[in-house]
Amino acid sequence: MAELSASSVGLTTADGRPLKAALATAQQRAKRRAFLLVLPLLAFIVITFIVPIGQMMHQAVYNDGFSANMPRLAAWFAEHPVGTDPDESAWQALALDLQDASAAKTAGQVGTRVNYEMSGTRSLFTSTARKAKGFAPPYRDAVLAAGAKWDDPVLWGTMRQVSRAYSGNFFLAALDMTHDPQGNIVAMPEDRQIYVNLFVKTFLLAGLITFTCFLLGFPIAHLLATLPLRWSNLLMILVLLPFWTSLLVRTTSWIVLLQQQGVVNSALVATGVIPDEGRFQMIYNQMGTIIAMTHILLPFMILPLYSVMRPIPPSYVRAARSLGATSWTAFRRIYLPQTLPGIGAGSLLVFILAVGYYITPALVGGASGQLISNLIAFHMQDSLNWSLASALAALLLGAVLVLYWLYDRLVGIDNLKLG
Amino acid sequence: MALPVYATPLERIWRYTYLVICVLIFLFLIAPILIVIPLSFNAEPYFTFTEKMLSLDPSGYSLRWYDLLLTQPSMPTDVPRDAAWWAQVWRESVWIRAAKNSVIIGVFSTLVATVLGTIAALGLSRPEMPYRRLVMAILISPMIVPIIITATGLFFFYSNPCALLNWTGLADQCGRLTGSYLGVVLAHATLGIPFVIITVTATLVGFDQSLNRAAASLGAPPTTTFFKVTMPLILPGVISGALFAFVTSFDEVVVVLFVAAHDQQTIPRQMWNGIREQISPAILAVATILVIISVGMLATLEVLRRRSERLRGVSPT
Repeated sequence: MAELSASSVGLTTADGRPLKAALATAQQRAKRRAFLLVLPLLAFIVITFIVPIGQMMHQAVYNDGFSANMPRLAAWFAEHPVGTDPDESAWQALALDLQDASAAKTAGQVGTRVNYEMSGTRSLFTSTARKAKGFAPPYRDAVLAAGAKWDDPVLWGTMRQVSRAYSGNFFLAALDMTHDPQGNIVAMPEDRQIYVNLFVKTFLLAGLITFTCFLLGFPIAHLLATLPLRWSNLLMILVLLPFWTSLLVRTTSWIVLLQQQGVVNSALVATGVIPDEGRFQMIYNQMGTIIAMTHILLPFMILPLYSVMRPIPPSYVRAARSLGATSWTAFRRIYLPQTLPGIGAGSLLVFILAVGYYITPALVGGASGQLISNLIAFHMQDSLNWSLASALAALLLGAVLVLYWLYDRLVGIDNLKLG
Repeated sequence: MALPVYATPLERIWRYTYLVICVLIFLFLIAPILIVIPLSFNAEPYFTFTEKMLSLDPSGYSLRWYDLLLTQPSMPTDVPRDAAWWAQVWRESVWIRAAKNSVIIGVFSTLVATVLGTIAALGLSRPEMPYRRLVMAILISPMIVPIIITATGLFFFYSNPCALLNWTGLADQCGRLTGSYLGVVLAHATLGIPFVIITVTATLVGFDQSLNRAAASLGAPPTTTFFKVTMPLILPGVISGALFAFVTSFDEVVVVLFVAAHDQQTIPRQMWNGIREQISPAILAVATILVIISVGMLATLEVLRRRSERLRGVSPT
């Protein structure tokens, strides 16, 4: 290379430009052309995927349920430092804001926002707002007449916290932490800590499912890789058919097989293995989640394993055997190390997919088989605490992106194969 | 791979145990899919084989669950099944409507994903592509990011698609994409794109770039080169990518749950309802139809793969 560039210094193209510069321009143009081909799709993905996820992240730190509907009180909190006792101007702001909220029917929103941080306060806001029309100075007495709980300093501390639209409170809540009345970050009371445990459980279950996929996938991949191609192509259909079958069909099948009046239990009862009243509870619990997810993710383990095992020449193992290794030693020291890239690729892929799984746990997981995704869906659809759902989703996303980065480093996205 | 002649008895035993284990695992893979097919013809509303079914008595089997898919509780049962009846089924059956929605959404999202994905794959496989690794990682990410996160993000985005413009002050509220076909199609296209990228770039790995240069040197403009030289060679990859994209959309339920309205109910959405509420053997009839469709897809894909290998001169390894 060095010689080539040294000798090309003096060369020029037909129109007299130095060859090097002409080459650089041409390469620049080729780069631009390649990028222009990708650009439409990149723009599409940014708009339909990256921006929505960005909006979700924003939602995780932004909630204007209080600040937008109680502007006067929010302004009062902004002007007065922490620890200021509410004076008459504060009570006036509260009363007037509640009057407006009552007219605009937004008191419920405000109450919900405060309720996230301090339970049992939503009804206070809605009931006081109903009486707010008749409020007249002195406002403190008027508000207190509507609800004695308004005098609680903890409530005022909480309202101060939620008076800013931007806050990290939802991330704290997603990590089972909260602010105490003095504004320090503390752990939630023991009985309200759920999210960290659920994250841990999700990771443990995903790890377990990855392991069972490996246990079941390795023998199959090995068999497919060592059989003559004619046979392995035929057997590969048995792996690919589940891969191509609808997820809901496969989940339905497992319900049909495993439920108490299902095929497996009925067969066991009919053959007399178990009595009729001793039918196993194999679905709508953690076990159902594990079985169904192992089945669904198994092809994602077998396919990368197979593509690594197929090119391994059988002569290595034979050489080891001829040098006196037992078949187990030859497998452990010669064959297994060569399959490690496939094991890594398959395991990481299965783990990444398992951590974020939603549909199967929702349908067959019962109460004990729910994963973190199911809780995100619960907060999106039922409790309607969108900011908390977003904070949980952001944490899950962070974990998945770390794993994805790892996958790219170790395996390379280019090596992702389908079928 | 037969056992070598020098295998010890222990190795022989292990060999047969291993084969039995493999058969059991294959059974685990395939049995749940096949089991729904006979059960969908059950004459009784049970999820297990009745004695009549086991003794192959024809009266143990029926098409009643398939019939149930066509009819609605509101439709009269005692009318003759003439053209008017079928027309009513075509208009009113929830499952037919769901199938129509699935096909419409699937076809359009596949079109978007395949066209954009193929063009991008052409760029990505050029050696000059800058930031190749990063761009590839971004384009594949919809497949990796948990679907619930995508659905949550899309829900916020579709509720107010102009939020970005709002920040910059360029536009006010501009409608919503929730509950619209366009919203679901765009989302499904996004989810299908990684599959198109993966399959088409894999096809392009074995593509001989000198063919393009030869066409260019013979005076063909880039578009002619693409349609006459590149496209016929990568077509099998493009079609299998499109099939993947279609199946992704055809099987997708979470985004539909989050951003679609009643009008855009698809087959998986309808199945989701069926499984969550009261699971009836009618679900098994749908499942059987879907299994048959996926067998057809798999067969198509296999034919395409063989054709692609022949076209590119890659001998099967």
